[in-house]
Amino acid sequence: MEKRITKHPILEIPRRKEVEFTWNGENLVGYEGETIASSLVANGINVFGHHAKDGSPQSIFCANGQCSQCLVMANGLPVKSCMTRLEPGMAVESIEGLPDLPEDDSVPLLREPPVREVEVLIIGGGPAGLSAAVELGKRGIDTLLVDDKSRLGGKLVLQTHKFFGSVEDSHAGTRGFEIARILEQELSRLSSVEIWLNATAVGVFSDGIVGIVKDKIYRKIIPLKLLVASGAREKMLSFPGNTLPGVYGAGAFQTLVNRDLVRASEKILVVGGGNVGLIAGYHAIQAGIGVVALVEALPQVGGYRVHADKLRRLGVPIYTGHTVVSASGRERVESVTIAQLDKDWRVMPGTYKTFEVDTVLIAVGLAEVNEFYLKAREWGMDAYAAGDAREIAEASAAMFTGKIEGLKIARSLGLYEGEIPKSWKEKEIVLKSKPGPSVKREKPKSEDGVMPIFHCYQEVPCNPCASVCPEGAIKMEGDEIMGLPYMVEQGMCKGCLNCVFVCPGLAVTLVDYRNDSEHPTVTLPYEIWREKVEIGEKIPLTDEEGAVLGYYPVEKVITNRKKYPGTLLIQVRVEKNIAKEVAGIWVQEKQVEPSLVYEKELPPDEAIICRCERVTAGEIRAAIRGGVRDMNQLKALTRAGMGACGSKTCRPMILRIFEEEGIDLSEVTDRTDRPLFVEVPLGVLAGMRMADKK
Amino acid sequence: MTNRKNFDVIIVGAGSVGVPTAMALGEQGVKALVLDKMPSPGQGENKRAIGGIRATHSDPAKILTCLRSLEIFSSWKELHGDDIEWLKGGYTFPVYREVDEKALKSILPIQKKFGLNIEFVGPEAIAEVVPGINRDGLRGGTFSPDDGSASPLRSSNAFYKKAVQSGIEFRFKENVEKIVLNNRSVAGVITDKGEYRSEVVVDAAGPYSRTLCRSAGVDIPVTPDSHEAAISEPVKPFFTCMVVDLRPGPNSKNYYFYQNKLGQVVFCITPDPVIVGTDKRETSRFLPQVGARMVNLLPKLKNLRVRRVWRGLYPMSPDGSPLVGWNRDVKGLLHATGMCGQGFMLGPGVGELVARTITGKTTENDRIILEAFSPYRSFGGEEALK
Repeated sequence: MEKRITKHPILEIPRRKEVEFTWNGENLVGYEGETIASSLVANGINVFGHHAKDGSPQSIFCANGQCSQCLVMANGLPVKSCMTRLEPGMAVESIEGLPDLPEDDSVPLLREPPVREVEVLIIGGGPAGLSAAVELGKRGIDTLLVDDKSRLGGKLVLQTHKFFGSVEDSHAGTRGFEIARILEQELSRLSSVEIWLNATAVGVFSDGIVGIVKDKIYRKIIPLKLLVASGAREKMLSFPGNTLPGVYGAGAFQTLVNRDLVRASEKILVVGGGNVGLIAGYHAIQAGIGVVALVEALPQVGGYRVHADKLRRLGVPIYTGHTVVSASGRERVESVTIAQLDKDWRVMPGTYKTFEVDTVLIAVGLAEVNEFYLKAREWGMDAYAAGDAREIAEASAAMFTGKIEGLKIARSLGLYEGEIPKSWKEKEIVLKSKPGPSVKREKPKSEDGVMPIFHCYQEVPCNPCASVCPEGAIKMEGDEIMGLPYMVEQGMCKGCLNCVFVCPGLAVTLVDYRNDSEHPTVTLPYEIWREKVEIGEKIPLTDEEGAVLGYYPVEKVITNRKKYPGTLLIQVRVEKNIAKEVAGIWVQEKQVEPSLVYEKELPPDEAIICRCERVTAGEIRAAIRGGVRDMNQLKALTRAGMGACGSKTCRPMILRIFEEEGIDLSEVTDRTDRPLFVEVPLGVLAGMRMADKK
Repeated sequence: MTNRKNFDVIIVGAGSVGVPTAMALGEQGVKALVLDKMPSPGQGENKRAIGGIRATHSDPAKILTCLRSLEIFSSWKELHGDDIEWLKGGYTFPVYREVDEKALKSILPIQKKFGLNIEFVGPEAIAEVVPGINRDGLRGGTFSPDDGSASPLRSSNAFYKKAVQSGIEFRFKENVEKIVLNNRSVAGVITDKGEYRSEVVVDAAGPYSRTLCRSAGVDIPVTPDSHEAAISEPVKPFFTCMVVDLRPGPNSKNYYFYQNKLGQVVFCITPDPVIVGTDKRETSRFLPQVGARMVNLLPKLKNLRVRRVWRGLYPMSPDGSPLVGWNRDVKGLLHATGMCGQGFMLGPGVGELVARTITGKTTENDRIILEAFSPYRSFGGEEALK
């Protein structure tokens, strides 16, 4: 299977320059400037090395520069392959056990690390950081924004779907990567904001200095105010096989697929029914990757129902009340086993289902990347946090916390006199609100004229359909952004299709009785492969729940590239008795049936908790049962949390084991975090100039 | 206060000295209680030690004490099973200056006299134990192959386990606020949670000894200052010994580093002037400062990635040697403090010494050591290799 995504329903495929490189001596071709990890995965290489402790395979995991699992040797130096860009002729090698330090005994030339004073330093150029920078820039405040990626936007650049929220405040109806572009353009007009890309904040120190590595040069920044907008990291689950290559976070997957255009998998199973998991499943199908199932432990998915419905209609089974039991495979995931949970969250024997997949996406929630913020506060710096670094919420809410914190900083510098607009606070609260319960709604009775049908049954912060209706025919219940949409009056709709185009949930269809009231025309939004909907092609239409209603020929395909890029509107004619039921197009026609045999049951204590040091749940449980209540002592005894990532991945899982053992977390002493938060070569810290080396 | 409990000995501090002392007392069947404000053993300054263990000192008392410590560390796994990551890697003091060469050579006779395995060797031999060392101006240096390193984290937990097994009681998250006296004799201690009775209190409070002893009306010359340290990623072992560079540098005196059993390089520097106080917050000065010196001495280290930094306290005495011995004004108060940043390596030896002092079983060597470590010595000299 071709590992490069060469066509995509939403994303443009840029022309890139091919370069040769070697992997363990073998000649391969990648694209210049992409990450080494992406080049490797695109070449079908999924094992990047083997761990020194147990020889288990290692691969890309966080794809975000945080976990160090993807370490490879590049031109003789150990590097994070997810953060290091491929260069022509690069010699890339796997790391088997511990890496060798290169035999380079030349004394480097050193210079004192440059020091830079700024009024405001922003760590992170995602939705929160960019929005804050805009507020600061508008007031001419000397601001430095640093981001460790080569492109601004943070996780927005991975989002191919249209955003929720409100059109006027948070670009609702616009796709995430386009919002990133809009914010970046806005910022480029503001001259007091300087942007450093490929610049990693590595630590914050008690003397008020933030260490940044940019262009392999260590720099000390002295900010008057620090805004931490460093986003979130993905939580991991404890199950045997959880370190196998092919088990990774949904965000990491989106990075490979949507940013780097690498078809990282053929068949995936998604664990977690929050928005992240639901959207990742959708993105997979857009990229031509099969989704065998989505698994959610709760009795219902936690994400927006419209996202879940989109997946169901495409043909993805959603198993609620299920969990992942284990992943199996030799050098990468070959299968995953799930099982049903009883009311006490225990696995019910005999409910095992094993799917053959090559990838398990873990989307069980996010944790704040807040170590810079907490440390800076501990040091007594005037530090602020925005976006996910402050509180996990939607990107639209992050834009608001960014704006609010930006303005707060401006005020603390005496460059803004007023109050924080009350409406901003209100919007932030609305945008981060959880979806309401699903409600039952009657469809309109009328069977003439033309009308939108809202397959929208759950209050979420979203109003683009009402915003784009030129006739004012659509309103939100209670005039609230959280309200459900309704048509004000029969006959007001003129059939312009704007609401069908714009709906981020793909939850509006248009039924038009005007030509043939017995066989009305239904217009459906569609964002998957164009060739599946050629005119005349018979396509399987589904109802709201994903049940196939029948096959109907495509009558017409409508696009509006300027206003609504990426979305296709598909018109079909159906019998009038099902016209209002039609809600989707079944894309994944071949469902993967699970095997009901769980051949080799693996004890849950074999799960790895600390990936860096390969510490199992069993080892941690034994220490806790032995009386350990101090995370620092646990670290001393087991090494859990002593690895490269600094306990970023294992800490929440360790706390969960304490809880499983019936220990009140108030008895548990948390670990101490210290700089550095990212590993940095000693020579770089010493002031070595890479260029001087040659 | 209710719930008073009687103990033969109360040890204040479950750190580098307190835990091995408890272990040594436990072996002798003494009923002791260890109190510490931290939540588990070794969480004060002990875990901030970088892990070097050497008998390479200039003072016979320290040489003797550390030779015993080395025996305990090096045989631990064999005798007790726990892997404390002991590595017999040796210590080297490479020299680039005549003054250092003279100083090191001048103390060789006394070091050898007290049983230390050490030689002054030429640059070739130094480059053999530290491959890639900067040869420009390298005159040679000392090498003491029997010194080594272990994990402070693992060691203190192993010693703790042993102490608990022999019946020693530990109470954590409990701060000793006062030593209770009865007519110039120790009667017990008061903590933030209760009161305990004992006629013997061991002051193993390290940087907090002075504050502790003041509660008994005693002033001891122990002043904490702070040093920063760091640890790297693990890489394949390429040298094993502790390398100590005695030369001064910008705002610093000596610095030292080694590669531990897991392949991680651990390092530390001595600031000049000293930073007096109990501030343990990491600064931005340390890494560029020590990094510049390390990559000059061993250029290969330039590509080694630093993982984490920390800062710890040295409970300093005026002359760089510990304070061990009975207080003459308060009966029953036994000082075992002022380890001057060497608590980890001195701890096991000092622990046994303290136990023998309490049980009255001191040896001839002990008496040499106790005289040198006496809290009532003149504090006139200075240890050459402090």
